[in-house]
Amino acid sequence: MQKIGVFVCHCGTNIAGTVDVRAVAEALKNEPGVAFSTDYQYMCSEAGQNIIKNAIRDNHLTGAVICSCSPRMHEATFRKTAVSAGLNPYMLEIANIREQCSWIHKDTAAATEKAIILGKAAVAKVNLNSPLTAGESPVSKRALVIGGGIAGIQTALDIAEAGFKVDIVEKSPTIGGKMAQLDKTFPTLDCAACILTPKMVEAAQHENITIYSYSEVAEVKGFVGNFSVKIKRKARYVKEDVCTGCGACTEKCPQKKVPNEFNLGMNKRSAIYIPFAQAVPKVAAIDPDYCTMLKTGKCGICSKVCTAKAIDYTQQDEYIEEKYGAIVAATGYNPISLEKFDEFAYSQSPDVVTSLEYERLMNAAGPTNGTLLRPSDGTHPHTIVFVQCVGSRDISGCGKPYCSKICCMYTAKHAMLTREKYPDTEVYVFYIDVRTPGKNFDEFYRRAVEDYDVHYIKGMVGKVAPSADGKLMVQASDLIADEQLHIAADMVVLAAAIEPDKSARPLATMLTASMDTNDFFTEAHPKLRPVESPTAGIFLSGTCQGPKDIPETVSQAGAAAVKVIGLLAKDKLTCNPCVAHSDELLCNGCSSCEKVCPYGAISYSDKEFKMPDRTIAIRRTASVNAAVCQGCGACTVACPSGAMDLNGFSNRQIMAEVDAICR
Amino acid sequence: MSGTNSDLTEQVLRTSGVNVRKCMRCGKCSGTCPSYGEMEYHPHQFVYMVEKGEIDALMKSSYRCLSCMACVERCPRGVEPLKLIEAVRLMVVRQQGQNHLKADQIPGLLDEELPQQAIVSAFRKYSK
Amino acid sequence: MQMNEVSEFKPKIVAFCCNWCSYAGADLAGNNRLNYPADVKIIRVPCSCRVNPMFILRAFQRGADGVIICGCHPGDCHYTSGNYYARRRMTVLFSMLDYLGIDRGRTRVEWVSAAEGAKFAATMNDFVETVTNLGENKRLGDLRCRK
Repeated sequence: MQKIGVFVCHCGTNIAGTVDVRAVAEALKNEPGVAFSTDYQYMCSEAGQNIIKNAIRDNHLTGAVICSCSPRMHEATFRKTAVSAGLNPYMLEIANIREQCSWIHKDTAAATEKAIILGKAAVAKVNLNSPLTAGESPVSKRALVIGGGIAGIQTALDIAEAGFKVDIVEKSPTIGGKMAQLDKTFPTLDCAACILTPKMVEAAQHENITIYSYSEVAEVKGFVGNFSVKIKRKARYVKEDVCTGCGACTEKCPQKKVPNEFNLGMNKRSAIYIPFAQAVPKVAAIDPDYCTMLKTGKCGICSKVCTAKAIDYTQQDEYIEEKYGAIVAATGYNPISLEKFDEFAYSQSPDVVTSLEYERLMNAAGPTNGTLLRPSDGTHPHTIVFVQCVGSRDISGCGKPYCSKICCMYTAKHAMLTREKYPDTEVYVFYIDVRTPGKNFDEFYRRAVEDYDVHYIKGMVGKVAPSADGKLMVQASDLIADEQLHIAADMVVLAAAIEPDKSARPLATMLTASMDTNDFFTEAHPKLRPVESPTAGIFLSGTCQGPKDIPETVSQAGAAAVKVIGLLAKDKLTCNPCVAHSDELLCNGCSSCEKVCPYGAISYSDKEFKMPDRTIAIRRTASVNAAVCQGCGACTVACPSGAMDLNGFSNRQIMAEVDAICR
Repeated sequence: MSGTNSDLTEQVLRTSGVNVRKCMRCGKCSGTCPSYGEMEYHPHQFVYMVEKGEIDALMKSSYRCLSCMACVERCPRGVEPLKLIEAVRLMVVRQQGQNHLKADQIPGLLDEELPQQAIVSAFRKYSK
Repeated sequence: MQMNEVSEFKPKIVAFCCNWCSYAGADLAGNNRLNYPADVKIIRVPCSCRVNPMFILRAFQRGADGVIICGCHPGDCHYTSGNYYARRRMTVLFSMLDYLGIDRGRTRVEWVSAAEGAKFAATMNDFVETVTNLGENKRLGDLRCRK
């Protein structure tokens, strides 16, 4: 029989306000197996923990039940307390009488009765607990970063600097992400490429970093410390180690009508292309949807022109498999599609553009070489209207319910840069609120208004109608003047909401990392653990976790790197000891358990058994790899002979809990 | 059924089913409104007036709204300002005990230039 | 209070909640101070796939009036496929229980994520109401287990 100590926490008034904790302690004193029962105000405090430790020592307790907050809160705390008192940490159970009792129920009598029942269930369980020892699993000292934008690059650099190997997997032919498409960045107005490209080069040249560009993650198996990932390296039809990036192929390629994704379709590129001049790796890739040679077998000009003999039309997709200890998701964002916002005439006029398209128009390497020209007729725009919150803060179903965070700042930047370069151009910004939460952000926006004479109007654009003379008739409200304005604009720029990249959801399924309804990765705790996924070993970096600007992205990338380093610095990870085990005397070798295990932790082998009649029989029995088993329990239910059971949540323990509840 | 302003406000909110708190004061309704220039009170003001309980003022001046539902269509918060106007008109009708316009009066008032939407919306506006 | 109108019957409800999603959802319901009846008692399991049909039969044998199993949404199981097994097993089990005379309304499988505190509370409120309306469960009860 066990000697169990029951410790009921008041948690200040959180529990004691609704549950009569004295009565609970009294009632549980009489339960079979209970040798000691007490209550205290804050069990998790040092004083409370000392009460537990002293009680264990003085009464030679073999088990403990803490009636307190959720085990998800303090199970680890109390387990450490048990260890320091010389009690096996798995001889301790927690009855959740706060989140699942005192905070839910208002009636004191009902809450107290329920708390007693929950306490009885925990005591019944501990009576059947056995001491467990945690096993260990090794850690692969290599990290995988999925996504090669500023978030992925920064995380990889920080991990590599700490001395660990990192692989970056990026689905486009070059790393750099959205930041490579930006012109200048707020609030400092430094050139995005100037601050990004050194990092890109550093990542390429760092001895600890390997970049797999034009690649995607195809499959992820395993668990924290021991992930096994299959990476698909898409065929570029160009040998990466031979190509010098000279660009001769891109000049001579006769297929010049491909919409250029880097400039958001506003100009064209050739079928064989280098995404932009500062691409890393600076290696060409052939777009198989447009290449004449790959589609019809005729052409081959790039191969003839290439002095390095790098072209290879026979290249196939390649799959490689690698082992990693930690994975970082850094998949980034995209502006939303504007098909549900036709009031702004986005699809009707080329002069209505999104902010990212405007960024390309302003950029010296963009489709108009940095001169701001109307896409329709190439003339200089004299009046530009910026529309905020297109698709953000929208609960009508057309857009996203959240605020996209970066648009107020980048619009102020666009407005300011436009006014600076073209003082004859009038700039209007229609806003709902101006959100400037960072350092020097509000001062930046006020400069746009006060020094650069940008017309900020509180109100919204109701509709944009292209008129016969090529102008855009903008109808908007000015709430402070209480007027409806009609502006004849030359260009309209829409601050479209941003959403996570479409590859994020399938990736989340592969990683079993959770996502919210907006397809952002969820963090383990929104305040205290913002860069980890609840799934152990998966970390989050950048806008895939939530909209954010570059300063915040870089901070978060560093934070994710630190968590990865903390993991990879360990030589061994202590495993969860609550693993399955098979009673070989009951096992009939049917393989039902092996088939349902998601981790492949069960294997079968032939064992010798001494039979009662002194013969030796050889039987096929199951055995569980304690390092791989994650303790889900699927095998325990699949087992027809009841041989398979789960430590810490055994059949008898759970049935004892059921009995205690239904008594 | 003239009551205190808070009675009227409660009736308007109940009839229309609108949650005025959802409004984020963006002004898109007024930006979209085709008859903005004709109105004394504009769509972005309806919501605030109902919140503050200025139903009397609205009751005196709600007929310039075309009931075209552009504000309902465009509002990013699903606030539906038009429903408030319709509810206010209902208050007017209840107070005066009869409709503004009867169905058999309409053919006599028709104009060839009148767009179909105006006829439909007039019907909706004036007969309750 | 109309004493004779209000039912005095308080059902015994056993809820199996998976540690990663639904138990966390239950905690969130508590954090947000939502209410549901005290008749529900939760047993924590690592995954909904740990729930053996035997446990549910045991619960009814010992006098439970309703049993609910909560797990992660399909596709979100912490152990990848656990909730799929749970779903399939429970479908078969509940069909058998129905045949044995345990009304379908007394058993339920619900997917609740860690962020769905409100859904957890609403589910429990609804389930308790359903079971209360069905009344005391008299099937499969083991008389030896009654006091």
